[in-house]
This record gives sequence, C-alpha cells and structure tokens, in this order.
Amino acid sequence: MTSTLTAEQAQAQKEFRAFADRHVVPHADAYHRTQRTPPEIVALLASEGLLGLPVATRYGGGGADAVTLGLLAGELGRACSSLRSLLTVHTMVAHAVARWGSRELKETWLPRLAAGESIGALAVSEPGAGSDAAGVTTRLTRDGDSWLIDGHKTWTTYGETADVFLVLGRSPEGPTAVLVERDTAGLSTELIEDLIGIRASMTADVRLDGCRVPAGHVLARPGLGLSHVVGTALDLGRYTVGWGCVGIVDACLEASVDYAGNRETFGTPIKDHQLVRQMISNMYTDARAARLMCLEAGRLRDEGDPGALAQTSTAKYFASTAASRAAASAVQIHGANGCSSGFPVQRYLGDSRVMEIIEGSSQIHQIGLAEYAFQERALVRHRKAAATPRSEGR
Amino acid sequence: MSIDNKAKIAEYLSRFFPVQDLKDDDDIFQLGFVSSMFAIQLVSFVEHEFGLTIDNDDLELDNFRSVGALDAFVSRKLSAPVAS
Repeated sequence: MTSTLTAEQAQAQKEFRAFADRHVVPHADAYHRTQRTPPEIVALLASEGLLGLPVATRYGGGGADAVTLGLLAGELGRACSSLRSLLTVHTMVAHAVARWGSRELKETWLPRLAAGESIGALAVSEPGAGSDAAGVTTRLTRDGDSWLIDGHKTWTTYGETADVFLVLGRSPEGPTAVLVERDTAGLSTELIEDLIGIRASMTADVRLDGCRVPAGHVLARPGLGLSHVVGTALDLGRYTVGWGCVGIVDACLEASVDYAGNRETFGTPIKDHQLVRQMISNMYTDARAARLMCLEAGRLRDEGDPGALAQTSTAKYFASTAASRAAASAVQIHGANGCSSGFPVQRYLGDSRVMEIIEGSSQIHQIGLAEYAFQERALVRHRKAAATPRSEGR
Repeated sequence: MSIDNKAKIAEYLSRFFPVQDLKDDDDIFQLGFVSSMFAIQLVSFVEHEFGLTIDNDDLELDNFRSVGALDAFVSRKLSAPVAS
C-alpha cells in the first residue's frame, strides 16, 4: 500500500512509524488511564520537528506536502489518538494563520508554532453550538484598536495546555476568527475529564471574560471567520482526522490478527473460525480502502485541486466509520479481554466513537457528500446542455 | 476580460446553482443555497484554475458576487505586477 508514495514519502512514513513504535505505543495506554498527555512527549514531538511538519520552511517548519502530513497523522493515530489530536488541532491553527493571517501574525506565530514553542488549539464549539458553528454566541466587540471577547467555549482539544487559541466569535460584521493568547487577562480553562475517548487529549472548557486582543489578531477579516478561516482549518482537520482513523483501523487489525492467532477455543486458534475471519477480512478491506481515500485526498490537496474538499470529506467520513466498525470487531474478537483495560482495543473503541463526531459528525458529512454528488451531476448536465443546440419552443 | 475565463467560471458555478444560463451579473449570493464549504471551494477553484493567490486584501464579496465580477477580478489579478 505504499506504491503511490514517492521515495521521500515512503522514507518519511518509515521514520514516523519507528517514532510512534518507540516513543508512543508503549505509553499510550498509560496516557489513556491517567487522562493526561505528559509534556515530555509534546516536547519530543516538537524537537523532532513533527509539530511544524506542514509549516513553510521560511517560518522554520518542515514544508512537508499533504501526503506526508497524512502519513504522520496515520502513524500517530495508530499509536495514540490523543496525540494525533494534538497534531490535528495544532496544525489547524498554524494552517489558518498561514492562509489568512496578516504578515505580522504570520511572522509572530508561525515560527513559534513550527517549533512547537507554542501549542495552538481551536476554540469553536460552545455549550449550545457544535455542528452548527454559525450559532456561536461568543461576542466580539470593537473597542478602539482592540477587540473585547466574551464567551464560553467547550470541547477544546488540548485547551488545557494550549498557548494560543483560534477563537470563533460573532462581531457586528458576522462570524469572526481571532487569535487569543493564553496569558490574556480574562481567559481561563478547566479540564474536562472522563471522556469516552481521546481521554489524554487535555480537552477543556475555555472561558473568555472581557479578553482584550489587538485588532490585528483577527484572521482574514471580520465576517469571514467561519466561511474562510474556520472552514479552512476544519478542512485540514478533517484530513488529519481521516488519516488518524486509518491508523485506528490498522491498530485494530494488527491487534486482532495477533490475538486471533494465539487465542484458542474449541481446541483451535480462533483465527480458524469463519466468523472471526469475516471480521478480520472486513477490517482488512476497510484499512486499504480508507488509506486509498486519504491518499487521494492528499494528492488532490497537494495539487491545489478544489475537488480536494469533497475528497477530504469523503475520506474522513469513510475512515471514521471504518474505525468504528474495526474497533467494535476488535473488541468482539478479544471477547472479555477486549472489555478490559489490559488490551488497547478497549481504547480504540472509545477513540473511534469520538472520530465520528469531531471535525464534522458522520451525519454532517453525509449531508455534505450528497451535495457534492448533486454538484457533480450538475456539471454533467451543464456540459450536455452546452453541447446540445437549442430546439424551438424550449 | 476573457471569454475562456468567463466560460470556466460559469461552468464551475453551474455546479452550485440550478440555473441553465447564469447571467454575467446574476448575484450568486442571492441565488439561494450556498454550502458552508462553498467559499473555500470558490477560493480554491480560482487559485487552482488561474494560478493566482488570493490574500486577505482580495476578500471583498464584490470580487466574488457574479460571473462578471469574478472574471474582472481574475483579469485584474493576472495583470497585476508580481510583488518582489
């Protein structure tokens, strides 16, 4: 499944896999149990240049292409969905700044984000606004050369430890995205514990009480915070989440194949039971299909093709649902052991549920994918109409 | 103005709007449904199709409001001197 990769991408994948196997896989269950990401592993990701992988080299990043970023997300996702979530939210913020930040914002923040000196988090969801991001009520009020921000954000992945937040609020011009530093007076966070999945992701409530930020901290311009800034960030987030799900399916498959080969029932390894083989064959198929979809999304992203948005949504939708199927089957194959904390498949099950909710729920993607299908047919109709001479009376 | 550019823009927009003949000055923001991803798709299309970069200063709705507006915007961007 690496035949479509360049030599450089294949080498990068090999290195990412080695990193994950050495530094993350042995500790991921402990992260899960303690519900914490140790700062040491974040520092290691940063020192290896992995947090700044897609940031342009002129800002100190790795300048990696989308496929290479996806490969990293896949290997981190195979090892630990919480750490993969760190990569996701951090690169979403960096991407939004790179795409829609002023020159000053880029020169200030991109080097810090690329080096991992500052960790970024996306503060969009609120207690009353999740999938309907346009419904956010966080208020941005212009006050001279500043914006005053008041609101309550929740489900902010790595919000407990992030250094800078990309906050979506509402100004008189409409949805507006603004960068807010952690040490801004009036900003406070509170860790949310006991989540069903990505339990080490330091997810937090973020409260903004009269936070004052310079007017220049707005990305794009007031009114375009959702359509352009958050939309751009979410598109990248969906891409890396999709790849993270490829990693979950791979992890489920590896664990299930190993377990089925060793565990015996009725005097034979359970891998010889046809219904177990059926679950593994479905996982095997899903793993390859999800990977190919994500690779295609990466290829289109690297080409700047506008079709990348639809392909990214398709890949995220498929990969996240495949992860759910794979994790459910992996637990089933492990039986009672799969329900215990002694086997990582329990972790995969909870993580996979979260994957179908974040960066657009499966249902939100289904609605959007139907729209893409209509768009593609509309293009065919348009071309046919353009090629057919008009008949009288029509 | 370019007939080829205008045709490419009209063809692309026809994916989103159920109209056979999109007129040059039809306001695409008033034609009804626009998905949340439409704005990004449109930016991506213009950059990819015409090989230019849209930055913050270009984010005026009037640049994207119609086939004619987009065509004029693309022409202006393509004829602008490249910043050093």
